[in-house]
Amino acid sequence: MEFTKPVESNLFDNAKVVGKPMQRIDGPLKVTGTAPYAYERNDAAPDALYGYPLGAGIGHGRITRMDAEAARNAPGVRAVVTTLEIDPLEKGMNNVARLFGGDEVQHYHQAVAVVVADTFEQARAASALIEVEYEEGAPADLDLDAAFERVQGTGEPDTLVGDVDAAFRDAAQVVDQMYHTPGESHTMMEPHSSTVDWSGGEDMTVWTSNQMINWNHQSIATTFGIDQERIRVESPYVGGGFGSKLWLRADAVLAALGSRAAGVPVKLALPRPMVMNNTTHRSATVQRIRLAAGTDGKLTGIWHEAAAYCLPGGRGENATAQTPVFYAGETRRVKNHVVDMPLPETADMRAPGEASGLMALEIAMDEMAEKLGMDPVQFRIVNDTQVNPSDPDIPFSDRHFVECLERGAEAFNWSQRNTSPGGQRDGDWLIGHGVAGAYRGALVMPSGARAILDGGKLIIETDMTDIGTGSYTILAQTAAETMGMDVADVEMRMANSAYPVSSGSGGQFGAPSSTSGVYAACMALREKIAGNLGLDEAEFNGGRVTGGDTDMALSEINEEVSAEDAIQWGDFQKGYAMGTFGAHFVEVGVHAYTGETRVRRMLAVCDAGRIINPITARSQVIGGMVMGVGAALSEDMALDTGRGFFANHDMANYEVAVHADIPEQEVIFLDTLDAVATPLKAKGVGELGLCGVAAAIANGVYNATGVRVRDYPLTMDKFIDRLPAV
Amino acid sequence: MRAFSYEKPADPAAAAARAAEVEGAKFLAGGTNLLDLMKLEIETPLHVIDVNGLGLDEITETEEGGLRIGTLVTNTALSADARIRRDYPLLTRAIAAGATGQLRNKATTGGNLLQRTRCPYFYDTNQPCNKRVPGSGCAALSEGAFSRQLGVIGTSDACIATHPSDMAVAMRALDAVVETVTPTGMTREIPLEEFHLLPGDTPEQETALMPGELITHVRLPAPVGGVQEYHKVRDRASYAFALVSVALIRQADGSGRVALGGVAPKPWRSDAADAELPNGASAVMSVLLDGARPTEENAFKITLAERTLAAMLKES
Amino acid sequence: MSPPIDFSLRRRTLLAGTAAAAAFSAVNRGGAAAQSSAAPAGPETSTVTLTVNGEPRELTVDNRTTLLDALREHLKLTGTKKGCDHGQCGACTCTVNGERINSCLSLAVMHDGDEVETIEGIGQPENLDPMQAAFVEHDGFQCGYCTPGQIQSARKVIEEIRAGIPSHVTGDLTAEIAITDAEIRERMSGNICRCGAYANILAAITQVAEESV
Repeated sequence: MEFTKPVESNLFDNAKVVGKPMQRIDGPLKVTGTAPYAYERNDAAPDALYGYPLGAGIGHGRITRMDAEAARNAPGVRAVVTTLEIDPLEKGMNNVARLFGGDEVQHYHQAVAVVVADTFEQARAASALIEVEYEEGAPADLDLDAAFERVQGTGEPDTLVGDVDAAFRDAAQVVDQMYHTPGESHTMMEPHSSTVDWSGGEDMTVWTSNQMINWNHQSIATTFGIDQERIRVESPYVGGGFGSKLWLRADAVLAALGSRAAGVPVKLALPRPMVMNNTTHRSATVQRIRLAAGTDGKLTGIWHEAAAYCLPGGRGENATAQTPVFYAGETRRVKNHVVDMPLPETADMRAPGEASGLMALEIAMDEMAEKLGMDPVQFRIVNDTQVNPSDPDIPFSDRHFVECLERGAEAFNWSQRNTSPGGQRDGDWLIGHGVAGAYRGALVMPSGARAILDGGKLIIETDMTDIGTGSYTILAQTAAETMGMDVADVEMRMANSAYPVSSGSGGQFGAPSSTSGVYAACMALREKIAGNLGLDEAEFNGGRVTGGDTDMALSEINEEVSAEDAIQWGDFQKGYAMGTFGAHFVEVGVHAYTGETRVRRMLAVCDAGRIINPITARSQVIGGMVMGVGAALSEDMALDTGRGFFANHDMANYEVAVHADIPEQEVIFLDTLDAVATPLKAKGVGELGLCGVAAAIANGVYNATGVRVRDYPLTMDKFIDRLPAV
Repeated sequence: MRAFSYEKPADPAAAAARAAEVEGAKFLAGGTNLLDLMKLEIETPLHVIDVNGLGLDEITETEEGGLRIGTLVTNTALSADARIRRDYPLLTRAIAAGATGQLRNKATTGGNLLQRTRCPYFYDTNQPCNKRVPGSGCAALSEGAFSRQLGVIGTSDACIATHPSDMAVAMRALDAVVETVTPTGMTREIPLEEFHLLPGDTPEQETALMPGELITHVRLPAPVGGVQEYHKVRDRASYAFALVSVALIRQADGSGRVALGGVAPKPWRSDAADAELPNGASAVMSVLLDGARPTEENAFKITLAERTLAAMLKES
Repeated sequence: MSPPIDFSLRRRTLLAGTAAAAAFSAVNRGGAAAQSSAAPAGPETSTVTLTVNGEPRELTVDNRTTLLDALREHLKLTGTKKGCDHGQCGACTCTVNGERINSCLSLAVMHDGDEVETIEGIGQPENLDPMQAAFVEHDGFQCGYCTPGQIQSARKVIEEIRAGIPSHVTGDLTAEIAITDAEIRERMSGNICRCGAYANILAAITQVAEESV
């Protein structure tokens, strides 16, 4: 199905299932521990032996010698494969550092060996017997601030509109500040895990924890130089990803090598202390933001320059992602620099770009509002735009940012807040309120599915994954709606490379794309059923197909009918800017003496088109808000600049938010429809929930204390000496 | 984790004797720190003596009006004991501020005192660490190191690790005494003040225990009354080690005791600093933290400690 | 395209002589305690009997086997999850003799004679326990990986409050403890949920607590 023009009307206008709250259909399996994750495939590979990895012990350099004899001779060991024994493996899609092979160490904890043994305990103990000698690489300059100073002003701007210099020269008010965001680790609860059967050296089955079945499928073929047809990849349950499991990672590669070497299926999970440095992370950013505004509160100039690091050839966080499009303003200059550094690999993490960019931009907006003497909500409203401000001929497909701010301000009782920083106190706590705007692009990807009607039961096959996002449920809802059936009669078969290629889960494109793909497949199935019945037009309702003289239950169709289709996105979408919008409001308390900061109340208002399932969508948004609390207050990959690695590489030292950090949360979804976006008029929302949250908290801390902190996370060491006297 | 043999003796003196007799033996109680370290091969016992069968899990009253806590009393049981809650609320507060419900259900009184530093370099066997491998160096003191959480006082050029316990900070303020049995069957008492050692040139030596010596009890003197509070400062609201913690016992006349956690290789307290309590937080800290040698990253702990105590004293 | 993996050792010639020329070389094992030549004084395996979800199970385990791995790898009860294996996340929470613990930081051999309850013993997909049902109803999870541990903790948190065990947020230490949002949040903090379902988990626990008064 080609999506060639904005939707006028279709069956979702009178939806009975889509858009209605529905509990997860995979819920009972998850709450009983019976959903099998990648390391738990006793159903498929009951005899898998145990793989255990060894990671490099230096930041970068070369391995000069490895001695694995003691490991090979250790009890229970079936095989050891060291990185010196094989040539560097070809890199899979978007892998920057190689995953295994050769003597080069590109980053700390890069995999250098895998041990396969009869038991987990034996494999782990044997891995520690492997001796590795290194020649350390030359010390590297890992100072991102210094790098920013070097690159600032260099290179062609990514976006340049109007006479920015004049705008700043003539502005009534100017903000010009530096902002810092730290490296962030996805820290999903299930570490990267795979069970692989490549025991015969021919066909390979990979039960893994991955967000993108097809990308992973291709990458495995590339990495091992074998035909994709001989590989099967499954990820029916994924214990969280947040972007960390978009790409092939070392767990699958090592399990495959171990399986090949030992001649048995092998399962391997990255040990938690290895996850942070072995896998990818969101790079730190340094950002300079300059805003110019007139006395009327309208932005006249936006200047955003940022730097992030990455391995040579890689991608760092682009913190300027939102700046070309989010706010009005006649002039702007936007430039992102990516600086090479020999550090663990940087790649996508939830809302890559906007998450870090809005942490800075939305503080800058707060600062400008204050300079102008404007309410920060009103200041944002004044600077709304209905067209892409960098390309004014391009309208937004559907944008209700102003309504997000207005609804939120009303629901949060924003007008009642204290407006003089440091002016509200509750016992030892200084109370503050903050707001931030949220924006995240609304991407869509081609996505396919197969729909099979079999004895009144509808089976949907697609390689789409559910990483906690609710795909099982919303795809079943979409299928049931399209076929006029009960959700209970839909069986979802997902996340298997044997099924049609979907969008996969990432970039908040999963829900809008994969529901469209299922819709396409179901429409194809409807056509086929109608054709089989000799009907030119047919209606599907209440589990029946009607048309002409025909009125029969779908369960009466005896033979299996199957149809496959995919959604393809037409060029017309390029005539629009597509985005999702929101506003976050928070109340924070800052301990007047110690600077401890706790969030007391949170509200998000989201404009993301049709919400396919309010229950799972709300969970996505509150989950993003929780991640935003961590980003604001505690998450910080601690870079040891002398040794070139992240030192706090476990879940005790990298602090994500816990239950006690999270207060009452409210989510309001605007009742909007985006006819340009998808046939369901829906957009993703899972990343929007994170965007802007941290800045709202930072603005709340300012309101509470009068101290502006531009360096995340907002831990007390950064401002305790600036707190007002007590 | 290295392979080890295992036994579960039934008698404390026998356990101590076995510990001295068997090469590479180590006591195992709750396991919440030791097993963590064994998995990383930071601890590599050849023989594990599981002390969970020794009894030693009761809290009894002493003749001097205090309490004698068996070493195997769990953190949960200790914090919930009605006598502790009534007469030593500081101890309940400190224990409840540490770890999680699950961990406190297993962690024991003696084990808590013996837990090892959470310095990230101690935990990473690729990095030099004088505590883990004597003479290998201190990564935390090298250029560019991550030292925000580490110690500011009582540290040395060989090690700036902190002792991570909350419970021990309260016990130090309460003048607790550690009771042990030695491999020869002798018992002895070690005031908590003398139990943890400063690192000096030998950071691998952390306590006054002799090889094989087993903690059997921790004794609390008679209750001292006063207002007892424990303020633990950390980035997230729970399940994190202290950046700074302050244990305070304050009497009606303004006198009292102050002990700090998160700043030193042992619970940090001094009589001279206690004597300054009537003069306020600044006076206390100028004595208690005199001679502090923070890193650039953790110098804030000095300000933080003073402000935390000021909050507890309601200074304005 | 790289050549097919050849597992006949393909030792590369770069090894000779380079070690001496290295400006600095580190041995991976160098930081860990030195390998002792001594061997354990006794057997490295033990036989233990556990009652798991009401059923007696006899196991011969490596002394190193954690209770978590005994459940997951020996008994194939994979509902109890391994999130960190170091007591830093709570995914492995199960109950032993009625108390919740981190099963990753306990050896199986320490539990001879103990009664263990795992998520599989609490309820099944067609027969959910009230807490499991409340988690489904309130969407108290997303990816599901921390969920069994959350549910194990949730059930015990209510009991622990009712038993008068104080927490970090308890006010008066000598009074009865009320079941409040703050108490539940603090006591659940040993179970990390990176999907961020905390608010929904709180709703589920509150509902069960109210219904079980």
